Amino acid sequence: MTEKDTELRVSKIRDGTVIDHVPAGEALHVLAILGIDGSGGESVSLGMNVPSGRMGQKDIVKVEGREMSQAELDVLSLIAPDATVNIVREYEVAEKTEIEPPAEVVGLLHCPNRHCITNAGEPVETRFDVISEGVRCAYCETIVREDITDHLAV
Amino acid sequence: MRHDHLLTAKQLSRADIEEVLSRAREFADDPAAHADRHPGALLALCFFEPSTRTKMSFETAAKRLGGDVIDMGSVESSSVKKGESLADTVRVIEGYADGIVLRHPSQGAAQMASEFVDVPLVNAGDGAGHHPSQTLLDLYTIDEHAGLDDLTIGIMGDLKYGRTVHSLAHALTNFDARQHFISPESLRLPRSVRYDLHESGANVREHEDLEAVLSELDVLYVTRIQRERFPDEEEYETVAGQYRIDAETLDAARDDLAVMHPLPRVDEIDPGVDDLPNATYFDQAHNGVPVRMALLDLLLE
Ligand SMILES: [Zn+2]
Repeated sequence: MTEKDTELRVSKIRDGTVIDHVPAGEALHVLAILGIDGSGGESVSLGMNVPSGRMGQKDIVKVEGREMSQAELDVLSLIAPDATVNIVREYEVAEKTEIEPPAEVVGLLHCPNRHCITNAGEPVETRFDVISEGVRCAYCETIVREDITDHLAV
Repeated sequence: MRHDHLLTAKQLSRADIEEVLSRAREFADDPAAHADRHPGALLALCFFEPSTRTKMSFETAAKRLGGDVIDMGSVESSSVKKGESLADTVRVIEGYADGIVLRHPSQGAAQMASEFVDVPLVNAGDGAGHHPSQTLLDLYTIDEHAGLDDLTIGIMGDLKYGRTVHSLAHALTNFDARQHFISPESLRLPRSVRYDLHESGANVREHEDLEAVLSELDVLYVTRIQRERFPDEEEYETVAGQYRIDAETLDAARDDLAVMHPLPRVDEIDPGVDDLPNATYFDQAHNGVPVRMALLDLLLE
């Protein structure tokens, strides 16, 4: 089965974003990063556990009428380092982006340490440094390794 | 020392440490002789958690340098009680003082506060995070008794929440030190500290029993295991008892072993150790003044 065939399992969109090569099982987290829970009325298509030559199985997320911000791409890179992000305009891929992990992630994650100053009602944005084994709070230094999306501040 | 603030021991290079220690040695010789260093300098003591000892040693250091302190008093009596943020508090106090010493129960408090002020800020303890000025006086004491290079040190007790331990471990990575960490399984070093030690290539071992390493040590750094870390009293007693030092324990140690403790101790070091030549913890406490004088002197320069 070619990549083209698997693409077709998920309906085509006219304008929006296709996030491909998401690790199998992470599609819902990708929606969480985008802050999409259905209440905004976006048209969303998901392919989950789709066969992939490169990954064995993968997820695909297509969101109509929505392009991703750099901050969203930064968090996405943490859970889906091999994802490809395609901006679609008029049914054609207009831009292809390889995502790269950022040096730090600002304002997007909560610190899980309840004794951290960022959880004390201070006027400060969270800041996490991206390290080899996850992310690390720039204030209390707590390392978050698994389930990064559980700490999304969305 | 090329720093605006002292937030963690991690920011200290070997050269920084040596600079503080050598200046501290000058001050230790005659602490009363340096009142012309910073006449009129005002240091704000912002202690959101009680700590008489650390506060008094900063106060003494400031006054020995010819300066003075302002003290925000206890948290109960201050505007913090009315819900003012730490960020606002330090921004206001910055306008009064030439430097701020901050003790706060939240981890990362000093880092955050430093982002709001231009005057030098010293972290005097942020929750279970860091306590770098304590580390400088620990290093001063270690240097006096055993030297900082080719050092074998055992660090024992509550390694999980012990901020003095975290800061000391980071600082020792600048030297050729073998660090042995001795604790119950439940109070091992936190992941973030182990991560840093690993990244810096530190020579580190972890143990549950002191016996395994005691005879090799130049220094044994003891910290308190706190009752409130344990679900029940009985479990606490069992664990704490294993990490208690008395004269008999030291029979298995080298004669020149230096026993250190950041104080206050409760019962982890038996008073019977106090009169032995190994007892170094009161010297250690006294070293707080010249070391903090040196630190303030460098930050206020
Ligand atoms: Zn944190």
